[in-house]
Amino acid sequence: MNPVSLLRRHWMWLAVLVLMFAIPFAFYDWSRGRHSGFALTLMSEMALMAVFALSYNMLMGQAGLLSFGHAILFGIGAYFTAHSLNFIKANDILWIPAELIPLAGGVGGLLCGILAGYVATKQRATAFALITLGLGELFAASALMFMTFFGGEGGITTNRVIDSSLFGIAYTSAWQVYCLLVVWAMIAAMLMHLQTQTPLGRMANATRDNFERTQFVGYDPRMVRYWQFILAGFFAGIAGGLYTLVYEIVTFDTLAAVKSANALLAAYIGGASGFFGPVLGAAVVVGLQSGISLYTSAWLLYLGVLFIVMVMYVPGGLIGLITMHRPIAQMGRLRELFLPYLRILLPGAVTMLGFVTFVELATHRTIGAAQGKTLAVFGMPVDSESLLPWVIGVAMVVGGGLWLRIEGRGFLLRWNGLIEDAKARGIVA
Amino acid sequence: MGMGRILTAAVAAVGLFAGVMAAAPAVAQDTIKIAYTDPLSGPFAQTGDANLKQMQYAIDFINAQGGALGRKFELVPFDNKSQPSDALIALKNATDQNMPFIMQCSGSNIAAALIEAVNKHNDRNPDNRIIYLNCGAVATELTNAQCSFWHFRFDLNVAQKAEVMVKALPKTTTKVYLLNQDYLFGQSVQRDVKAFLANNRPDIQIVGDELIPLGKVQDFSPYITKIKASGAQALLTGNWGPDMSLLIKAGVGSGIDLTYYTFYAHLAGGPTAIGPGGAGRVYSVMQFSENVAPKLGNKEAEAFTEEFRKKHNFEFTSGLFRTIFEFVQASIIKANSVQPIKIAEAMEGMARKDLLGLDVVMRKDDHQIMSAYFVGKFDKKGTGGVKYDAENTGLGWDPVTTIMATDVVQPTSCKMRRPRS
Amino acid sequence: MEVFVVSLLNGLVYGMLLFMLASGLTLIFSMMGVLNLAHASTYMLGAYFAYTISLYVGFWPALILAPLLCGLLGAGIEMYGLRKVHRYGHIPELLFTFGLALIIEKVVQMTWGLIPVPYRIPDALDFPLFTIYGTQFPAYRAFMLLISALMFLTIWLGLTRTRIGLVIQAALTHPDMAGALGHNVPRVFTTVFAAGAALAGLAGVIGGNYRVTEPGMAFSMGPIVFVVVVFGGLGSLTGCFIASIMMGLIQTFAVVFDVSLADLLALFGVIVTKATPGSEFLMVSLPRIGALLPFILLVLMLVLRPRGLMGTRDT
Repeated sequence: MNPVSLLRRHWMWLAVLVLMFAIPFAFYDWSRGRHSGFALTLMSEMALMAVFALSYNMLMGQAGLLSFGHAILFGIGAYFTAHSLNFIKANDILWIPAELIPLAGGVGGLLCGILAGYVATKQRATAFALITLGLGELFAASALMFMTFFGGEGGITTNRVIDSSLFGIAYTSAWQVYCLLVVWAMIAAMLMHLQTQTPLGRMANATRDNFERTQFVGYDPRMVRYWQFILAGFFAGIAGGLYTLVYEIVTFDTLAAVKSANALLAAYIGGASGFFGPVLGAAVVVGLQSGISLYTSAWLLYLGVLFIVMVMYVPGGLIGLITMHRPIAQMGRLRELFLPYLRILLPGAVTMLGFVTFVELATHRTIGAAQGKTLAVFGMPVDSESLLPWVIGVAMVVGGGLWLRIEGRGFLLRWNGLIEDAKARGIVA
Repeated sequence: MGMGRILTAAVAAVGLFAGVMAAAPAVAQDTIKIAYTDPLSGPFAQTGDANLKQMQYAIDFINAQGGALGRKFELVPFDNKSQPSDALIALKNATDQNMPFIMQCSGSNIAAALIEAVNKHNDRNPDNRIIYLNCGAVATELTNAQCSFWHFRFDLNVAQKAEVMVKALPKTTTKVYLLNQDYLFGQSVQRDVKAFLANNRPDIQIVGDELIPLGKVQDFSPYITKIKASGAQALLTGNWGPDMSLLIKAGVGSGIDLTYYTFYAHLAGGPTAIGPGGAGRVYSVMQFSENVAPKLGNKEAEAFTEEFRKKHNFEFTSGLFRTIFEFVQASIIKANSVQPIKIAEAMEGMARKDLLGLDVVMRKDDHQIMSAYFVGKFDKKGTGGVKYDAENTGLGWDPVTTIMATDVVQPTSCKMRRPRS
Repeated sequence: MEVFVVSLLNGLVYGMLLFMLASGLTLIFSMMGVLNLAHASTYMLGAYFAYTISLYVGFWPALILAPLLCGLLGAGIEMYGLRKVHRYGHIPELLFTFGLALIIEKVVQMTWGLIPVPYRIPDALDFPLFTIYGTQFPAYRAFMLLISALMFLTIWLGLTRTRIGLVIQAALTHPDMAGALGHNVPRVFTTVFAAGAALAGLAGVIGGNYRVTEPGMAFSMGPIVFVVVVFGGLGSLTGCFIASIMMGLIQTFAVVFDVSLADLLALFGVIVTKATPGSEFLMVSLPRIGALLPFILLVLMLVLRPRGLMGTRDT
């Protein structure tokens, strides 16, 4: 096991690490000599969301357990971290470095996982999903009612600057926090990946694939589910701890149904069957939620449509989409798809643009116009009252759609041909 | 595991993100920008939407008068979807563009997050400070235990509003019932109303005191039964949204002889949800109503709100928006600078007249505004002082009680830390 | 005594409203084993359709037309959406309905705006029917009770006395066998889904003007309806009915009994004060958590008896 072969097998982890550190510099404000706080916070959000989504996938993708209340593990972890930070500050416990603070979140999530999981994992499939729904509602309501632990509406505020660090860093700037977050996210992701190779991880996959058969292997499926839930809680709690470090305030919305829905969307859009899907999904969901939402109030509609398209046509998620190319790539004939892709990309873009135009026009008429916003496409102001933009929008959707159908057929022909060739050569998808 | 997969995934993510950033519309450089964050989508979007319309109108008015120091104001909205994390992202966005102001109205949990984040940011970045203009988050703590030099609240806090509500109760009321939502705000209303009743109206007996889970109760008839059994004449509630409208509808439907005193019945959606059944029974504690100007004989203010009505076919409910921008304008002119610290020093202690001609003071001790407040009675258009209706329902708010600013001065426990430079 | 009778009446009415909404869902859930998260959204659409239709032709035609529209929508969703997703398994079906719920809410916001719409009770029904112990009982509530009872009767008779009803019942418990016997099970699925959607739409028409018609109404009514369906049990309409009434009564009576865990402990001589650890939790009184009791019951039921009260199949 020499270092060179290790590097070659896991070079993609290193590549992602480098990318995560390099991307913020694309938004660096050179004129003012400082990082873009917005970009850093957005990427921090993506990193911690990725950990949260990966922990969710431990349940959904690995164990086949659909959970509607995963946010309670995240939220309790976040609250735990906030209380720990305040406790450390109040009692001047200087031997705990700031770098290890997210572990407090992990512990919180673990404890919550033990409690909630005991109840939830007694059942599986739909019953499990509904129990988590009920538990989620109960926890979210409790967060508003009980002040001592949850701090009521104002939540628990904390300060991450505790003057104690392994490397002497104060974590006052967003960049420092971001670096810590990336390291933690990497470690958490690596540990979760390792877990999929353990006997527990494999048994979880087995219970997902064939529940009845698994019982014959000898492991109690209930205990498999329970342990998987507890570990998922640990990692969700770590994500919660990272949340506390970034925002320095924890409020009841960290436990709410919306947060759980985010994890679900991220994991599913990205792709639940592989390992890395949720990471990509988290980037997409955060990008849409906190990025696109700045420009349009219809972002939720786009998210919903994207989600439905994924569910109906690409159940493997975005990662699934990419993995489908593997047999062709292994044949080395990926470039043959270049032209067909171009041919469907154009009508696809036209259809999408038409759809976006239509939605934006509709939103503008009922909501946006009164808000004083002016609708502009590529800088040109558009009047939502006149008929022309509507006609153009609908025409683009319909026309683009029909064109897409035609080109799509040709593309599919090419695609199937390549897949057949791959099969003929013995390369299995 | 495919090698190119992860790279492709990362590139795709970056591409999406970069696309979002690149598409950022270039904002004009010479305007004074005020960032505004509120829920603009999701279940609470109606408040944010109504606010945005009125704010834009008020800013246009101020700009028409020349803005400040030769520069116009510009409102930059950010949707926070009722999530504190998104509000903090909006704050980062604002500080990235060196905006001197961030404004927020809806949600004390978001306000708590913002006030802490603004404090920390201003501490850690003295060359890029930002002022937090609070246009509606009412938690009393924000100008007491959590008070901050950089925070200016332009609406009365919960304790003051509770005092207004108690002061508006008629002498004939001797039995009241309290019903509130079970979270910090509702519990504060409960506590403050009880305290002011004990202080100002010891003759009133509190015959019931309830807390309900927020947004969960679908049927209020059992509560109406309890209220009826208690013999209460008035119901005092801080409820908002469906918790308020369903409660009032249940009460009206059961024919119970009750008057309803609320804080939020006049906000977006309230009049439509309550409907004609509430006429003559529902009162709301409000900062402004279009029907005050005609009562006071203030033609200029009436023309201001009428113009808004013509433009948007909606009523103007928040006079405080114009007050905020007038304060901002005056402070910048007085400080002769757009530096947040100088603006803040100029703004605290400032005394002006609002659009109705009434006195308004920004108290220096805690940056809490002292302004007049009204209690409006829900009635048919044409009765009493209802010249303008709300949300085209044919019903509007008659400002039957006016509480002057001097009557709602309350002590503060704020120990404000002032920055040195 | 007065409080008991009035509370009983209130609880029954609320329970019947829940049943109106849950009846459609229990049919769909029992048939396809998939929880339709867009059911409450169909309820919302029913209310909005009724509002728009009643602006032009009045309430009574809307009572017929709006549910029909919802039924058509349901049929369309089933044929072009759900059927495609069916082969991927139960979880994708559930997720599909979830995405649909998101989209419907947004479309409603875009079409009718963000603030509530003034969908009112028709004047013909807006009077107090009788007065009991000084509290008026609006005629509209009696109308709601009537419609709800009619719904139950129609569905029950339809399922047990008609041929298609028997086929549906067979498909409810043994879908594969019914298909093997030659019945067009996919067509049955579509019919049931459309019927469920129409029932939700009808509940929306009735409930929308009694309550508030706004874009958030699906989100607020959704969870409690699932509780009722699961609690009542899969494949059983009677179970759903009983569960609705139970939930209605429990939530109503919980408001009346002002007791807390601290009071219970006091019976055993343990006094709980503000200084006691966990006092905040122990001093919570029943009325404060009344609306949360259904969820506690849901969790308990699923853990102890997953097939619900009268279910014929496991959840």
